[in-house]
Amino acid sequence: MALLEVKNLGISFGGLRAVDDFNIAIEKGQLYGLIGPNGAGKTTVFNLLTGVYRPTDGIIKLDGKNIIGKTPDEICQIGISRTFQNIRLFKKMSVLDNVKVALHHQIKYSLVGSMLHLPPYAKKEEEMDEKALEILQVFDLDAQTETLASNLPYGKQRKLEIARALATNPKLLLLDEPAAGMNPNETAELMETIRLIRNRFGVTILLIEHDMKLVAGICEYLTVLNFGTELATGEPEVVLNDSKVITAYLGE
Amino acid sequence: MKKKKLKKSITNIILIIISYAAITILINSGILGRQMSSLIIPTGVNIILAVSLNLLTGFLGELTLGHAGFMSIGAYTGALITLNSGLPPAIALTLGIIAGGLVAAVFGLIIGVPVLRLRGDYLAIVTLGFGEIIKSVLTAVNFTGGAMGLSGIPKYTTYKNYTLVFIFIVLTILIISNMVHSRHGRAICSIRDNYIASEAVGIKISKYKIMAFVISAFFAGVAGVLYAHNVGILKPNNFDYNKSIEILVIVVLGGMGNIKGSVIAAIVLTLLPELLREADSYRMLFYAIVLIVMMLFNNSGLKERIMEQFKSKKQVTTEGGE
Repeated sequence: MALLEVKNLGISFGGLRAVDDFNIAIEKGQLYGLIGPNGAGKTTVFNLLTGVYRPTDGIIKLDGKNIIGKTPDEICQIGISRTFQNIRLFKKMSVLDNVKVALHHQIKYSLVGSMLHLPPYAKKEEEMDEKALEILQVFDLDAQTETLASNLPYGKQRKLEIARALATNPKLLLLDEPAAGMNPNETAELMETIRLIRNRFGVTILLIEHDMKLVAGICEYLTVLNFGTELATGEPEVVLNDSKVITAYLGE
Repeated sequence: MKKKKLKKSITNIILIIISYAAITILINSGILGRQMSSLIIPTGVNIILAVSLNLLTGFLGELTLGHAGFMSIGAYTGALITLNSGLPPAIALTLGIIAGGLVAAVFGLIIGVPVLRLRGDYLAIVTLGFGEIIKSVLTAVNFTGGAMGLSGIPKYTTYKNYTLVFIFIVLTILIISNMVHSRHGRAICSIRDNYIASEAVGIKISKYKIMAFVISAFFAGVAGVLYAHNVGILKPNNFDYNKSIEILVIVVLGGMGNIKGSVIAAIVLTLLPELLREADSYRMLFYAIVLIVMMLFNNSGLKERIMEQFKSKKQVTTEGGE
């Protein structure tokens, strides 16, 4: 059974059919790419998967369980975590705290404990620090734990966002244009990191990307979206050479 | 990291002892005149109000203009208990403080739920309305004495009784700053910084917004009870939006999300009008000018430069020490 199963997914905003009859099945451990021209509805699909929008029709199942109607925070706890196209960090918080927010549901103590800093507080906080550091190390951010997120350079902000998403311990990680605004070197490095986190954390990854090199380089399977509908699905070599896909990107 | 935390808590304990000793000396030696001594408790009340409002505006990032409303609920609840219960003073006051805080917290919950969907300017206006409604209700109903208010409230929290108020100041600062540095506080701050991302990492926004409202209202209520037993007379007009703005000014001046700043600003702004008494009729003008200058200074590069220099000096000395 696929980890994520989406069938006939659709959403209308008034008269606009942003996504229509969208299907996808992602196996556990897969690195799956979602591509398409601007305005094709890729981010809308992410917003549907994470509960930001409620679909007009269709089903979304994670591990065989329906997740439609759940709020974004519930869906995160169920196991889908995401990054954003326009970076959304907790800017006035430190790098370490950004990750620790994401550990909120994994390492817990009571409100009274936090008001009075009772013994469990110290122990659990230490546990959180360790866990957060472990994740930050993967992204080479462990030397800047006390830096404010807003003071990080752009590339590191992108990385921190992925680190934060990963800290929620997701089954499925959604990356929305992780390489946007990066130079070729940074993109190459990012590809390595994405592969690494897939292998090390055993997380399934669905990513939206415009950088074809990155997509062709790491994705094992692709779905192309155009005007809210599925244009092609399959392995990168096949899909990227499909005449329909080329037309959608480059025109007739 | 652990050592650093231990060092910090020791510094805090020393700071608490020093400030308590300083107040004791100031009051008992008679350096402060009667006039200044009588301002000690109002200063403390303002500290509690400012620190609790900072949880909402500074950490949750929501502008609220109804803090005086929560304060008045606490004040009236506490006063009604000490006036009518017939219990011995210590018990009546303790009961009053707890009840005042709790009733205010309930109102925090009541106002917190409907305003969940509001942000920014809209929330500010709604909370402003809330404060005014409370004031109108206090004027309209009988058991609060109507527009005449309540009088003859036993003065349990005069400056001679500063220890009790001091304990509540410390408790408020301790609990709120502890909370801010915990998983609950981080959740609250994350809502301020980016509520969409906050939701996306699994934070239930409604829960933490309400939590912040309830806790903030609780302490505002406690401050109200302390205030009521200091002045002895309560009138609905004492709690109009001017009072809410006054607390907000303290928080903004001290720095959003800066608890130490709130404490210092509360002290300065409560004592300032009194210190300016010599200036007589120009008093409020000076007050306003000082306020503007301080705000400008707070947001200028000058302050940052001074802070940086201070920091780098500090670093040099600690490095030299090691």
